[in-house]
Amino acid sequence: MALFASLSERLNHIFSKLTKRGKLTELEIRTAMREVRIALLEADVNIKVAKQFIADVSEKAVGQEVLQSLNPAQQVIKIVNDELIALMGPGNAKLEVAPKPPTVIMMCGLQGAGKTTLCGKLALLLKKQGKKPLLVACDIYRPAAIEQLKVVGQRADTEVFEKGTQTPAKTSRQAVEYALRMGYDTVIIDTAGRLHIDDALMKELEEIEKAVSVTEILLTVDAMTGQDAVTVAETFNARLGVTGVILTKLDGDTRGGACLSIKAVTGKPIKFIGVGEKLTDLEPFYPDRMASRILGMGDVLSLIEKAQEAVTEQQAKDLERKMRENSFTLTDYLDQFEALKKMGGASALMSMLPGSKLKIKEGDLDEKRIERTRAIILSMTPKERDNPQIINSSRKRRIALGSGTTVQEINQLLKQFDQTKLLMKQMKSGKGRMRLPF
Amino acid sequence: MGLFGKIRDALKKTKDSVALKMRQLFLKDKIGEAFYDELEEILISADVSVRTAEDVIDQVREEAIGQKLKDEEFVTDLLKDILEDTLNEAPVPELQYPCVIMFVGVNGVGKTTTIGKVANWFVRQGKSVTIAAADTFRAAAIDQLEIWANRAKVRIVKHEDGSDPAAVIFDAVSSAKARGTDVVLIDTAGRLHVKENLMKELQKMDRVVTREYPEAQFLKYLVLDATTGQNAMSQAKIFDEAVELDGIVLTKLDGTAKGGFVFSLCGELKIPVVFVGVGEKIDDLERFDAEQFVEGFL
Repeated sequence: MALFASLSERLNHIFSKLTKRGKLTELEIRTAMREVRIALLEADVNIKVAKQFIADVSEKAVGQEVLQSLNPAQQVIKIVNDELIALMGPGNAKLEVAPKPPTVIMMCGLQGAGKTTLCGKLALLLKKQGKKPLLVACDIYRPAAIEQLKVVGQRADTEVFEKGTQTPAKTSRQAVEYALRMGYDTVIIDTAGRLHIDDALMKELEEIEKAVSVTEILLTVDAMTGQDAVTVAETFNARLGVTGVILTKLDGDTRGGACLSIKAVTGKPIKFIGVGEKLTDLEPFYPDRMASRILGMGDVLSLIEKAQEAVTEQQAKDLERKMRENSFTLTDYLDQFEALKKMGGASALMSMLPGSKLKIKEGDLDEKRIERTRAIILSMTPKERDNPQIINSSRKRRIALGSGTTVQEINQLLKQFDQTKLLMKQMKSGKGRMRLPF
Repeated sequence: MGLFGKIRDALKKTKDSVALKMRQLFLKDKIGEAFYDELEEILISADVSVRTAEDVIDQVREEAIGQKLKDEEFVTDLLKDILEDTLNEAPVPELQYPCVIMFVGVNGVGKTTTIGKVANWFVRQGKSVTIAAADTFRAAAIDQLEIWANRAKVRIVKHEDGSDPAAVIFDAVSSAKARGTDVVLIDTAGRLHVKENLMKELQKMDRVVTREYPEAQFLKYLVLDATTGQNAMSQAKIFDEAVELDGIVLTKLDGTAKGGFVFSLCGELKIPVVFVGVGEKIDDLERFDAEQFVEGFL
């Protein structure tokens, strides 16, 4: 998708810009956030929600410690991602149960959001949990809607209660009585799709609420919804007191920013997501997956995770201490290479980066070279690794022989090590932040 | 319908909010980067894509150089012109009879309802219409379409639930040809554009019409829900790649959504909007009018 490619490229752009500076400043957060804003808007996050979100996150990001293994841009993205997860979560794939049966679930939403199909999916899910659901047909407007629910009910092996086109409130009341009589413990009411600004139809839902004691009011929202998701969710919630949200049609390529908008304005949990046309295509909601989907950069995030795993906090602390004491040795240098290897090697690392055009000189991350460096360091005695200055030309010849390399390569490595040490010395005056020394 | 028809009415809610925001904007009096940023935000909040919004704002900025931008009317007119020009980049092709129109789109956008309304629209033009019930997948889709066919008083060709949609189309087209019917409207099952096998099925249906009725004008209309956000572009692109779209039907414009993505559709993909759906009743359908749409939009 062109959309993703352009986002990747832009991100790539910030990465290269921010890597050079290596410090998380207000200006850099602003630069990164500008791109995050576009990513959010292209994902259909409501513009007001996006603005507020960025303001909040920027404030939090300023002055935050940058993780040892991340560059500042990655750090910003990580904070954004964490905040998105926190805002959209926790997922809550549990349907409330009424203390006195039956539990009544009322579906509501705009036309075409997928309520009727969802009714069947919920019925099937409840049956699997050992419940006895009853479906109630209250869409008295759309042609053949009752017929559709009957077919869906048949597929879910669930009885459908219908009273033609009499008022939904009356049908609901009768359905609950029927459920009590017949031993159904859950009643799922399918309602007609309606515009949130259609006062008469919104009143109809309020009438159902008055007629029966409703446990769950689930707002069904098409995941492809744009900026208007906020208005829709706000209105439904204000009038009915929605208890949860279900996002449908997430099996498409929508980035699903409506999810964030809805959660932000209603504060109600996202209970499930619909991921297909089969009745089994209903899944719990995972805020972390949704966050990377909205940002459109799942790969970058998994890279950040890997980097975090590869360098433990203790290792990072040790490294910082050594830098402070200026006692960084070739053994530590090797550790850094090992950490890189843990992340799946340099080429795997590169491939995970958006556009793979990150400003790392190709020679720096040649995997064979990393292997050779490793061989060279391992061919040294521990004493040599701690005090590289003792490595004279005869030692060099021995190491070259042992590692299957040449004396020139050993000279190169020692020179690079000196440069790294020098770099660390310069950074010492800063706050001890460092990245992999490549 | 007066000068400003249902589209205008439908967009009135939009108009009020956008116009209000614009007025508030001018009250601030300072015309600088912040002004353009806000203008851009107003467009984006109407589901205009970020890129299109940026383009439009750049154009406004360029035109406004040297002129006093404090004049509200000037900027409004400028914006209107630019937006209307964008819509006019994709002209609507003339209808020729006999014609076959296949309606495609993702689930729940309102294809079946649209076909009922479009059938009625053709009947009112004095044309004979046959509807092909080629959504054999969704539960009760055929029943729903049949009710619409009865309302519009047109003939419907249908098979069993779950039968081959291409076979339904074959029958509908053959019988329409034999009877000399003016218009064949094909309902198809909603499908997400990312499902390759379903898009292949659509191409097969496309081929049946092309092969069996080459003398008819064959149009493929994508039905888009005005509530949709940026995904509308992705839908249009992929459906266009699969069956080459001739037009868009924009539905559910009677809500508070603005459907601002049509500017990108017309500007970038050059696919024209043909009809607009503004309600659930059979005559809640209008021919798209760029001037009216923009008039209502701003």
